[in-house]
Amino acid sequence: MFEITPIVVGLDIGTSKVCAVVGEFNDSGGLNIVGVGQAKSRGVRKGEVVDATLAGEDIRNAIVEAEQMADIEIRSVYLGVTGGHIRGFNNRGFHPVVSHDREITDDDVQDVIKNARAINLPAENKVLHVIRQHFLVDGQDGIVNPVGMLGARVEVDVHVVHGNFNRLQNPIRAIKNLQLEIDDVVFCGLASSLALLNNHQKEMGSLVIDIGAGTTEYAVYSNGIIKHTGVIAVGGDHLSNDLAYGLKVPLGRAEQLKIDHGSALVEPEIKGHTITLTNDVGIAEKTINLEHLRRIMSLRLAEIFQLIATELDQSDLLNYVREGVFLTGGCSRIAGIQTLANQVFHLPVSIGKTNSISGLKSALDQPEFATAIGLARFGSFEMRKRSQEKPGLQTTISQTFKQIFGRA
Amino acid sequence: MLEMNPNPDTGKSIQPLTIKIIGVGGAGSNAVAGMLRSDLAAIPALILHTNSRILNLDTEAQKMILGGRRTHGLGTGGDPEIGRAAAEDQESALREFCQGADLIFIVAGLGGGTGTGAAPVVARLAKDSGALALAVVALPFDFEGSRRTKQAQVGLLNLKSAADAVICLPNQKLFQILDEQTPVNETFAASNDLMTQGVRGIWQMLTRDGLINVDFSYLRSVVHNRHTESMFASAEARGEARVREVVERLIASPLLEEGRVLEEASDVLVSLIGGPDLTIADVNKIMDQLNRRVTEGQLILGAAIDPTLVGCIRLTIVASRPSPDLLPNQIPHHSRLSSTHAIKGDIEAPFFDEPIVSHSQSRFKGPPPATTPENTELLLQQQMGQSDRTRKHAAKRMKQEMFNLEIVSKGRFEKSEPTIHHGEDLDVPTYIRRGVVLN
Repeated sequence: MFEITPIVVGLDIGTSKVCAVVGEFNDSGGLNIVGVGQAKSRGVRKGEVVDATLAGEDIRNAIVEAEQMADIEIRSVYLGVTGGHIRGFNNRGFHPVVSHDREITDDDVQDVIKNARAINLPAENKVLHVIRQHFLVDGQDGIVNPVGMLGARVEVDVHVVHGNFNRLQNPIRAIKNLQLEIDDVVFCGLASSLALLNNHQKEMGSLVIDIGAGTTEYAVYSNGIIKHTGVIAVGGDHLSNDLAYGLKVPLGRAEQLKIDHGSALVEPEIKGHTITLTNDVGIAEKTINLEHLRRIMSLRLAEIFQLIATELDQSDLLNYVREGVFLTGGCSRIAGIQTLANQVFHLPVSIGKTNSISGLKSALDQPEFATAIGLARFGSFEMRKRSQEKPGLQTTISQTFKQIFGRA
Repeated sequence: MLEMNPNPDTGKSIQPLTIKIIGVGGAGSNAVAGMLRSDLAAIPALILHTNSRILNLDTEAQKMILGGRRTHGLGTGGDPEIGRAAAEDQESALREFCQGADLIFIVAGLGGGTGTGAAPVVARLAKDSGALALAVVALPFDFEGSRRTKQAQVGLLNLKSAADAVICLPNQKLFQILDEQTPVNETFAASNDLMTQGVRGIWQMLTRDGLINVDFSYLRSVVHNRHTESMFASAEARGEARVREVVERLIASPLLEEGRVLEEASDVLVSLIGGPDLTIADVNKIMDQLNRRVTEGQLILGAAIDPTLVGCIRLTIVASRPSPDLLPNQIPHHSRLSSTHAIKGDIEAPFFDEPIVSHSQSRFKGPPPATTPENTELLLQQQMGQSDRTRKHAAKRMKQEMFNLEIVSKGRFEKSEPTIHHGEDLDVPTYIRRGVVLN
């Protein structure tokens, strides 16, 4: 078999842009970002492909740019998916230990995880991730690895992320049409949290909110494990649309106003300030009340945070978030968004930084790339796992089959 | 009034409440036979039919063949006039059965001959004997033809003027409950089942020892001589969230027309049956939710315990709509005639005149409202739930006039799937949904 270069590519098909990040393993086994490619996205709404032709072109452009920058050829990608149809929930599976000495074996662990995966979902839904949280042995909580322990009943808590099968297929098909392989499909919220959080932050309890253009994903970590994930199909596009509607300007103008004058806060001193819009030749056309602009944005952003806070409050998760809230995605650039989030969550809020990965500083500093970097990071974990497994012929075949049937 | 004490013993010797059921016609007989197979078996029942086939029916109920020489036990051929005459022939026997009852349920399917013709007679006799006459009737499916529909309308009119209260079940609405693959016999069984639920709801409310008992006298004061038309619906829920779910399911019932019936109702009887684990807090929560729905009318609550229903709540409501101004008997004689003639189409006249003769008009006061025959028919049809579609339409249109003063364009998201979160469309700008005024 031919040698596969040890690179991982994360591809995030976003609502405003398509972004490909190329990562390479450095000598110490860590991930090093060597290339970034991006293209304006035209075929995506609310995180989901609505025009496969346009989306295909944009993906190609982003991939080509990343290839040129990293000077490699991309054959396969880790694909990020999102959309309002994706849901995350916690499930518990249990398994009785049958061996006569009541020692929990590896097989028991496999069985209990299999049981936890068996979820009653509608036929059109597909499970994206089953993330192991922790085990319980005879009701004793918080066990990380039960193999070798004695017990009559072993249980496992898992976090399950699932979505609509057909809607997940849209980006997959767009990529297949470009003759690219897909290593794995990953939920974007999970990817962003992987990019931002280090182990300490996961341990202490963190909430990652990725406010993109079309969707807002969030993930809660506590004690090093994922507690909850979710998507709200509301994002920066909604801000622009609200502005376009409220200020009666075209959508493109609204977008630019949001970037130039937007803020998440309505400060008292801006009362009465106006912005004069000029046309192409510089003649004043229209004046806009800055306070209105800010108020429209502030209300929308506060609502997004409020929806997340309500959702997490229901399962009492906000109390576990001790480290704080980490914002990322394009909308985290909005001025004052930290203060606003702090007002809603009453927790320390910071803009997430992809610290734990080395490489191109220009890429790592930008919140827009967090998801794609996280995808590459996810890929690096997977690849390390595989290389440790030392794939013999059998596993290679089974993996091939899995790839064919799992996502065909 | 509402009694917190399950046994409101006043010191007098307690006369147990006597409830009887009379099933009239084919549908009524089948429904009553079904009731006797369920937990209502203890109630004395009588089934009447002009067709001797009911003798084959496997049931505990007394059976009576109407018609005698008139029909030779072969049915009425769908003629309500024959049904009426046949019932009047047996008046003395019927009176005898009704004797001593406090409450008589008259169960019938309207539209055919016996049910439509005989049920009003039975109701009148039941009432004359001093009992409270509650009719539980099914209205025909649309596919049964316009003749039956018309006959049912007239029958309902007669029945309403004869009985104290009529609980209607428009069979057509069953289509919204059942899925399309349901076989015909199951559809009719479901119709019977709903009638059973209606009877059971009231019966349980009156007889079960409960957390909150409803006195018979109270029921009587609510329905006696009101001649209302009522809808009923019932729902059952289990599990943790049953308190919330049971109300949601109830409201979702097509019989309540998305809760509109509750809004319009003048009296709502609520029968709540739960397991021994039913708490007063649960009752309170349910009533709270219902109270919010019932804007106009009064709620009458009965809550009872059934030891077999652990972890389960069964909620049955009977909602009476205030009769529009033109109760059948309030329609002035001439316009009433013309109106019924307008409805009757090809059905013979004597049948329609009958209730006026049979029923004293003295209990109605006030000047008769002047209505044109067309208007009358329209209103009656609406009351029957026959012109459902047009009514829904009208309600929608009215809402639009009230709320959508400004059409909020969704701009970029016009064509994409709306983001609905807890019933709110998040694509609409937040400041508009919150009602924040700019300037």
